[in-house]
Amino acid sequence: MIAWVTPTYYLTLAAALFVIGAVGLLVRKNTLVMFMCIELMLNAANLTFVSYARALNDISGQVIVFFTLVVAAAEVAVGLAIIVAIFRRRQDVTADDIDILKG
Amino acid sequence: MDYVIFFACAAAVLVGAFGVVLARNPVHSALWLLLTLVSVAVLFLQLEAALVAAIQIVVYASAIVVLFLFVITLLGVDQHESLAETRPFQRPAAIVLGALLFVSILVLVHGNRWDTGAHSTRGALDPARTGNVTALAKSLFTDFIWAFEITAVLLVIAVVGGVVLARRSGQRTGAPAGEPQS
Repeated sequence: MIAWVTPTYYLTLAAALFVIGAVGLLVRKNTLVMFMCIELMLNAANLTFVSYARALNDISGQVIVFFTLVVAAAEVAVGLAIIVAIFRRRQDVTADDIDILKG
Repeated sequence: MDYVIFFACAAAVLVGAFGVVLARNPVHSALWLLLTLVSVAVLFLQLEAALVAAIQIVVYASAIVVLFLFVITLLGVDQHESLAETRPFQRPAAIVLGALLFVSILVLVHGNRWDTGAHSTRGALDPARTGNVTALAKSLFTDFIWAFEITAVLLVIAVVGGVVLARRSGQRTGAPAGEPQS
């Protein structure tokens, strides 16, 4: 095989993607953007799984990605429903202002 | 050619990720997220994960991004985020911790060799035959059958939870003006 991009490249890219997502999650205050940062981190994990599936020639890495995608979809559905519920009550979705559990 | 595709997609992934974090407008963040997701799908294709790439496009790049855009337009979150920081040390601390995390992952990735050529335990990739679909389905419906069933339960719970959350708050407070009652 000619000049195949080694798994290290993919892992480094996934690390960068994960860190950008993590820092974004800590820095941003809009809950929707925080959700998107969580998606970035999940994608970094998926990229790691798939690159190891390729490196180890093992299909289970790709199967795990399938499950991760399902969990991500469920998380987004419930999370966005919570955000909509909070917005209906408080007209604001800034994370700093959502500091009481009482509705 | 592999290198060209990889570096082009890696650049798109990183630009999209920075766009998500740095964009002021949430709609722009969602569109940058779309760029990142599609580029990751191309990388999946390059890694011989055709089915995963297709699912990435269908579930992530379409369904989830559309859901985000729907909620953004529904809420009308176009006001600017207040940039006044209530905890002044949080932002630099986050960046420093992120840099530390990145460096430590890099040390782990480059200092060790994890792909030691171990045997595949759940079956080989087998990309020659219909792009892995057969191998993936075989593994999913034999080794991972219980996880698959639990996934179905999780999805049902998520759907029911989403409906309950969205409905109950609407009934208690009454929908705001300009929004149709369900």
